[in-house]
Amino acid sequence: MYFPIFGVEILIYDDILLRNYMKKIKVLILRTAGTNCDYETQFAFELCGAIAERIHINLLIENRNKIFDYNILALPGGFSYGDDIASGKILANELKYKLGDKIKKFALNGNPIIGICNGFQVLSKMGLLPNPKILKQSFTLTYNDSGKFECRWVYLKKEKVKNCCIWVRNIPNLISLPVAHSEGKFIPINNKLIDILTKKNQIVFRYSTKNGNVALSYPLSPNGSVGQIAGLCNDNGNVFGLMPHPERYIFALQHPAKAKINNDEYGWGKLIFQNAVDFMK
Amino acid sequence: MIIKSIVGCKIIKLLNLSYKQLNEFSRSMNLSLSLLEMIKIKSYFKKIARNPTDIELETIAQTWSEHCKHKTLTGIIKYTEKKNGRKKIRVFNNLLKETIFRATIELNKKQCLSVFKDNAGVVEFDHKNAVAFKVETHNHPAALEPYGGAATGIGGVVRDILGVGLGAKPVAATSVFCFANLDIKKSQIPTGACHPKRIAKGIISGVRDYGNKIGIPIVNGATCFDDGYIVNPLVFCGAIGIIPQKRIEKKICAGDLILIVGGKTGRDGVHGATFSSINLDQQSNINAVQIGNPIVEKKILDVMLKARDLNFYKAVTDCGAGGLSSAIGELAEQTGAVVYLDKVPVKYSGLRPWEIWISESQERMVIVVERKNKKKIIKIFNEENVEATFIGEFTNSKKLVLMYKNNMLANMDMFFIHKDLPKPVRYASYTIKNEQVQEPIKLHSFEILKLLKYLLADLNICSKEWIIRQYDHEVQGQTIIKPLHGNTIETSGHGDASVIFPYTIVKATKKGIVLSNGLNPRYGKINTYKMAASAIEESLRNAVSVGADIDKISILDNFCWGDTDKSKILGSLIYAAKACYDMSKAFCVPFISGKDSLHNEYFIDKNKYSIPPVLLISAIGIINDVTKTVTMPFKKENNKIYILGVTRNELGGSMFTKFKNIKNGIIPVVYYAESKIIMKKIYETISKNLIESCHDCSDGGLAVAVSEMSFASNKGVKINIDTVKTEPKDSLTVTEIMFSESNGRFIVEVKPENEFKFKKIFKNLIFSEIGYIINEDVIIFESKKHKLKVKEKLSVLSNFWRRNINL
Repeated sequence: MYFPIFGVEILIYDDILLRNYMKKIKVLILRTAGTNCDYETQFAFELCGAIAERIHINLLIENRNKIFDYNILALPGGFSYGDDIASGKILANELKYKLGDKIKKFALNGNPIIGICNGFQVLSKMGLLPNPKILKQSFTLTYNDSGKFECRWVYLKKEKVKNCCIWVRNIPNLISLPVAHSEGKFIPINNKLIDILTKKNQIVFRYSTKNGNVALSYPLSPNGSVGQIAGLCNDNGNVFGLMPHPERYIFALQHPAKAKINNDEYGWGKLIFQNAVDFMK
Repeated sequence: MIIKSIVGCKIIKLLNLSYKQLNEFSRSMNLSLSLLEMIKIKSYFKKIARNPTDIELETIAQTWSEHCKHKTLTGIIKYTEKKNGRKKIRVFNNLLKETIFRATIELNKKQCLSVFKDNAGVVEFDHKNAVAFKVETHNHPAALEPYGGAATGIGGVVRDILGVGLGAKPVAATSVFCFANLDIKKSQIPTGACHPKRIAKGIISGVRDYGNKIGIPIVNGATCFDDGYIVNPLVFCGAIGIIPQKRIEKKICAGDLILIVGGKTGRDGVHGATFSSINLDQQSNINAVQIGNPIVEKKILDVMLKARDLNFYKAVTDCGAGGLSSAIGELAEQTGAVVYLDKVPVKYSGLRPWEIWISESQERMVIVVERKNKKKIIKIFNEENVEATFIGEFTNSKKLVLMYKNNMLANMDMFFIHKDLPKPVRYASYTIKNEQVQEPIKLHSFEILKLLKYLLADLNICSKEWIIRQYDHEVQGQTIIKPLHGNTIETSGHGDASVIFPYTIVKATKKGIVLSNGLNPRYGKINTYKMAASAIEESLRNAVSVGADIDKISILDNFCWGDTDKSKILGSLIYAAKACYDMSKAFCVPFISGKDSLHNEYFIDKNKYSIPPVLLISAIGIINDVTKTVTMPFKKENNKIYILGVTRNELGGSMFTKFKNIKNGIIPVVYYAESKIIMKKIYETISKNLIESCHDCSDGGLAVAVSEMSFASNKGVKINIDTVKTEPKDSLTVTEIMFSESNGRFIVEVKPENEFKFKKIFKNLIFSEIGYIINEDVIIFESKKHKLKVKEKLSVLSNFWRRNINL
C-alpha cells in the first residue's frame, strides 16, 4: 500500500507500521511556490509525535477532499508567490476561491489550523481569521514601521484573560520567539474590531518588554502593530495566526543564549505544536 | 548535413581575414578573444575547410573566456620576484595546480570528497552525508547594476550548490562586500559613477531580497570599505548545501537526454561571461546583467531534490556564465551532444539562435535524464508548475552539434572547444617592499580615547547590525550560532563565525557546520603574501573562536584583482598564491574550491580606476557537538580575561595607522606554528567547557576586540595593559599594544573556578591574564607602568560603535 510520507510516496508493507501510521495525528503542511519554513515546521510536528506531510497546493486543488485525511493544517512561513501584490495575497485568493468551502468546513469542525508569518498573512487576507464563518478580510499585516525586513528575537506577552486558544495552553505569560518579516504590522479595519477581539479573548500574543509590559518602541515592538498585536485566534480557539516563528525555537539551542525552558533541551515553540497534537489525541 | 546560413545565423568569412581584421572582429563582436586565440580558431576552420557560423564563434568565445576557463591562472607564467635588488625567477605552467591545488593534493585529507572539479567543493559531514561549499564573485554585474547584479549573485551561487553532484540542499549562504567610504563627498566621485551609498543600498537590498525569498539564511559575511572600490564594488556570495555522499558523482552516457528546467530564455545576460572577463568602461552593455526571480529558483529547488531522491536523473549542472553553451558544453565534453535550439522555451520571439545558446537568463538548470525516466520526470516538474523541456541528447560523436528548425548551425570537435585553447606565456613581476617599524607612538590617555572612538565608529569596525537584521538569518531554524551573538534578546554584537545545525536534513545528528571568513585588503596594498597569509589565519581564527576543530576545516579562495594583463598586478597575485600554498600546508587546511575575478578595472574618460588586490578566504568546519560552542559576548562579572598569543609591533596597514596617517609599520606576519597550537588548545578548552566567551583580535587590535565583547554583553571591563605579553619584551608603547593587529591572538573569558584547568592546558604557551569583567558601566584600559588610564562609559563607547548608518 502506498502512503505519502515526507512528501514522497513510499511503500508501507508492514502491518504494524501501517497501524501506527493510521493511529497517529496527521498534519498537512501546505506549501506552494515560495514556501520556505516547511521543513522545520514538519520537523516540529514530528517531534511532537505527529506525522506531518508537506503537500503542494496543486495536489490539494486536484483532490479537494484530501484535506479531510488530516487532523491539523499548517500554513508555514516564506514568501508565497514572492509576496507579489501584497504578502500572502495570491495564495490567500487561491485558497479562498479554490478551496475556501473545504478549509472553512475543516476549521468549523474544530481542527487546529496554524498560520505562521506568511501563513498568518494568508489567513488574514483570505479572512479565515478572525472569523472563519464569514471568510472576509477585516485586518491586514503590512509594511513594518522601520521600512525594513526585521530578523530579531522578541518578547511575547500572552494575554491574561482566560485564553481560549488551544495552541497556547500551558504557555507562561511571557516567552520569547524570533520574528522575521517585512510586512508584520497589524492594522484592523476599524477600532471596533479590536474591541470585539478583546471581548472574545481572541488576542493571543502582544509584543512586550522583558518585564511583560507592552513594548511601545522599536526594536522590541518590531513592526509598530496596532495594540502591539503579534498573534490572534478565532473565537473557538482552534485557528491561530502569529507573526513570530515558534518552529525556530523548538530546541533550547536555537535561542541566542541557548536558554532552556523547564530545564530540558526544548524551547517554547515546541510546546505550541505539542498543544495542537495533544488536543487532537 | 552541411552548414549553411539561415535567417538569424550568419556564416562568418573568417578564413579571409588578416591578423588586424581578426583582432578588429573579436572586439566588434564582443568576443573578448585575443589575436592568438583568433588565429587558433582560424586554423581549426581552415583544417576542416569551411568558415565558422556566428554561433560557433560565440560558443568558443564563451568557453574560452577568462570566466569559464581561468586561462590566466591556469596558463604559463614567467614570474620574477625582486627583493633588495636580488631577483628570483620561477616559471609556472599552471599557477593553480602548482600552488593552491597542489597543497590540497599534498595534504591528501580524508575529508575532501570532491575538490576543484565540480560546481562546488565537497567535504565529509558524517559517514553518510557531505557538505558542498562555494563562494562566487559577482563584481562586474554589480558594478553596472547593483541591485540586479547582487541578487543574481546569490541566485547563481545557490544554483552552483544545486548543480553539485546530483544536487545538494542549500542550508546557508554568505555575503561579503567591498564598498567605497559611504561618507565620501560628492566632489570626490568620478563623473558618471554612483555614490557609494547608492551602490551599497542596491547591493545589500539585492542580496536581501533574493536570499530571503529563496529561504536560505545568510549567516556569515563581512563588509570592507576603501576608496579603491569607488567604481568597482565587490560582491562575494557563498552558499553551502548538504548532499548524501552517494549522490556526489555525475554519470553521462551517449543516448541520455538533455532536459532544461526552470526559467525561460531571453536576451538578458547575453555576453555575461565574456564581459566579466574584461575591463569595464562607460560603454559597457548593461544587457549583460541578468534579471533574477528567486521564486522560480525556489520552485526548481523543491522539485529537483524530490526528483533526485527518486533517482529520476543522472547528472545536473547549472546554467551560469555562458548559459547553455557552457552548461551543455561541459557536461558533453567526453561524449558529444546534439541540441535543438528551437525547442528551448523563450521569453519572447525574435531571439537569434546564438542568443538562445549563450543567454545567461537566470534560474535554469540542465539535467541529464535516462530515456526510461522521460515521462516521469516531466510529470513531477509539471506538478509544481515548473517548466521542463527536452532540448537534445548526448551522443558518442565527441562533437557539439547545434540544430535550429532542421538546419545544422554548428558542428565542432569537443576536443578543440575544450582542450585546444592556446597557452601564451604571461610575464609577472613583484617587488617586495621593505617595511620599517614606525617611530614609537606615544599618546596621552585622552588621545588614545579619542582615537578609540574614531576607530569604533569607522565603517570597517562599527556594528553591522543594520545589514545583518535585514537578512532572514534564521530561516530553516538551523542557525544556532547566529551572526549576531548575544546573551539576551536586547543586546548583541557580530560574532566571529556562525554555526548551522542541520537537524531537519540529517536526522538525529549532533554535528554542526561552522562558517567564517578572512579578508585583509589593507595589507595587500603593501604585501600581498602577508595579506593572503593573514586572511587564511583570520578565517581559521574566526572558526576556532566558536568551537571549530582546525583539523576539520577546509577553505576556499576568491581572488579579486585588477588588470592581470599587467605584469606587476599579475605578480602581486602570484605572490599571494604562494602564501596560499604555504599556509594551507602549514595549518594542514586544504583548499576545496575557488574562484577568481580579474580585470576589475573601470575606465572613465581615459582615467583608470583599478581595485586594490583582494583575497577572500572562506572557511567551513565540521564540529562534532553543537552544544560545545561559545559566543563572543562577556558572560559574567568577575570572570577573568586572558589574551592568548603574542603581541608584536605590527601596525603596518592597521586601522590605527590609517587614522594617524602613518606610512611605516610592519604588516602582521603569520607565525603559524605558534598560532596553530593555540587554535588546537582553544578547541580543547571549548570542548571541556572551560571558557565562557572567545573573540579573536583583528581590525583595531586588542582594544577593539575587548570593547566589542563588552558592547555585545553590556558588561564593563578592566584591562591591565602591562600584563600583555609582547615581543621583543618591553619594546612596545601602550598605544602600540592596544592597537597592534598581530595575528594569532584571542581574548577569552574564564570562570575563576576553571582557571587552574585552563592554565594547565595552555602551559608552555604564551598567554596572560589581562583583566576581569566588572559590574559597572565602564571600559578601562590601564598601564600603571606608563601612568596611563583610558576610561570611558561603556554606553558612550557603544554609541560610537553602534553609529547610525542611513542608506
